[in-house]
Amino acid sequence: MTGVLGFNTTRLASPHLTPAHEAWRQTVRTFVDREIMPHVNEWDEAGEFPRSLHKKAAEVGLIGVGYPEDLGGISEDIDVFHSMIAAEELSRTGAGGLVAGLMTHGIGLPPIIALGSEDLKRRIAPSVLSGEKLIALCVTEPSGGSDVANLKTRAVRDGDHYSVNGEKTFITTGMRADYLTVAVRTGGDGAAGISFLLVETDRPGVSRTPLKKMGWWMSDTASIHFDDVKVPVENLIGIENQGFLGIVANFNMERLSMSAQAVAFARVCIEDAAIWARERHTFGKPLAKHQVIRHKFSEMVRRVNATSAYLDNCAWRVKNGQSPISDLSLLKVQATRTMEFCAREAMQILGGAGFMRGHRVERIYREVRVMAIGGGSEEIMNDLAARQMGL
Amino acid sequence: MKVLVPVKRVIDYNVKVRVKSDHTGVDLANVKMSMNPFDEIAVEEAIRLKESGTATEVVAVSIGPEKAQDQIRQALAMGADRGLLIKTDAEVEPLGVAKLLKAVVEAEQCELVILGKQAIDDDSNQTGQMLAAMLGWPQGTFASKVSKEGDKLSVTREIDGGLQTITLNLPAIVTTDLRLNEPRYASLPNIMKAKKKPLDVKEASEYGVDIAPRLEVLKVTEPPKREAGVKVENVAQLVEKLKNEAGVI
Repeated sequence: MTGVLGFNTTRLASPHLTPAHEAWRQTVRTFVDREIMPHVNEWDEAGEFPRSLHKKAAEVGLIGVGYPEDLGGISEDIDVFHSMIAAEELSRTGAGGLVAGLMTHGIGLPPIIALGSEDLKRRIAPSVLSGEKLIALCVTEPSGGSDVANLKTRAVRDGDHYSVNGEKTFITTGMRADYLTVAVRTGGDGAAGISFLLVETDRPGVSRTPLKKMGWWMSDTASIHFDDVKVPVENLIGIENQGFLGIVANFNMERLSMSAQAVAFARVCIEDAAIWARERHTFGKPLAKHQVIRHKFSEMVRRVNATSAYLDNCAWRVKNGQSPISDLSLLKVQATRTMEFCAREAMQILGGAGFMRGHRVERIYREVRVMAIGGGSEEIMNDLAARQMGL
Repeated sequence: MKVLVPVKRVIDYNVKVRVKSDHTGVDLANVKMSMNPFDEIAVEEAIRLKESGTATEVVAVSIGPEKAQDQIRQALAMGADRGLLIKTDAEVEPLGVAKLLKAVVEAEQCELVILGKQAIDDDSNQTGQMLAAMLGWPQGTFASKVSKEGDKLSVTREIDGGLQTITLNLPAIVTTDLRLNEPRYASLPNIMKAKKKPLDVKEASEYGVDIAPRLEVLKVTEPPKREAGVKVENVAQLVEKLKNEAGVI
């Protein structure tokens, strides 16, 4: 549905988008309408989506966008806006689990691209970018998430291999993944003792347990136990004890992408609430004609517009090679607060209808928290920003 | 065999069309525009003919404003070889379009033109037929299957009674129906490659044909709102209403 307050009309016109960007948006839009929208509720209730979707998505360019051409990606004339359009259009489904599950390589692969040896890149990246293999990122542990520098999973070098012991948790796509990009301790305490290792999930000693969640149902999440897993030294990603750089490699794109998703989810909320507010009559007139209701739309649109402009500005700076860490952190907080506000207000407008399963707003409401916590919690983001400001 | 595929820039099929408040037309301001869906099917069919070795080159042509280049680029991203925009900001009716296309067909020496059976904006369903008449070519309209057999073209048409298969001598005109194929996605790598494909721009006036409109739009209004239905108690009441209110029996 389009028209005023539709998903399209609540997107601010951006000076950074070219006809090629818009053509890409059209392709993703059509792909989502044909391949995803008709099944999205069914997949979410089933807790999974078909693995074949990864290959289909790769064929149109959704998986390879932004990755080097020689590894099977698409990078010529591609910029950060192409990736954000992908995130935004996938989010129109109102199913965060789809974006998380389909695009997990967006956090699993960059450490390999940024730090890995040529051999490792050629061995792993093409099969991931073609949608054949799935890769997940393993950083968080039962003892801590944001406090990356103190992670405990240990890899001890023994001749031509490492022996890995420890546990990772809340790992997106952990159950289905063929490859794991695992942050391990190879050296002493703190950030300077961390390395990244590529662990194939079929190695003896890797065991996985599925976790049930508040939202993101169609994306699987795992606790992964490593019990004396032997990993060849060729699987070391980059230089030993310099793995912290690999974690940083993800930050800009992850925060931009999550912000783009959050704004898109907020726009979905506005769209669905607007359709309802025009149709539903109470006390002799449409809901939308009640001042208390229509002011909610003004508030939602105001926040979405401000956040969209901030998002555009941050993306433009990243496109130009900057790394605006403070603003990207604040942007993520701004975007997820906007999503939270719009999910709440849309739910108030929808009333009982929004409380029913299968409604996009119902799902988005359940998925506010994972957006505000995953990829850097509000508290961590705000503190990081403050420290960047020299406080 | 060179194939020409005309593509039209129209209001996207998802958009809820609104009539302008002065009743002179529909509101196009900030409205999403796309390639006419029947034309997408035409582009897909032409590319398939090229992939199967039947066609040698696929040329996409659009008649419309500068922005119609977006739709030509989409055809190029799907797999057409080059594009031609005949630029005009004026409304061009099917007769004018057919005249311009005839000039293009003659200049390009095309042997096959595949068109959408109609555009979803005005639903005229005339251009292909007019073009066939002007060129004196055979036509296979509302195609649901197209294949080359020897030096002829076999076209299965969707007609009221079912399907009709005809054989056409080439050169020929084909217009597409919905079930002919499912158009492919313009993948991201192909969108980027399409930016480098040739796209000529010419002014409509260069062709020296009369494309002035023959129709005058007096007024555009919203269709009347559908009123809510009523439930009838029994058959007698139904018959009574059909007879006296609806006047159909």
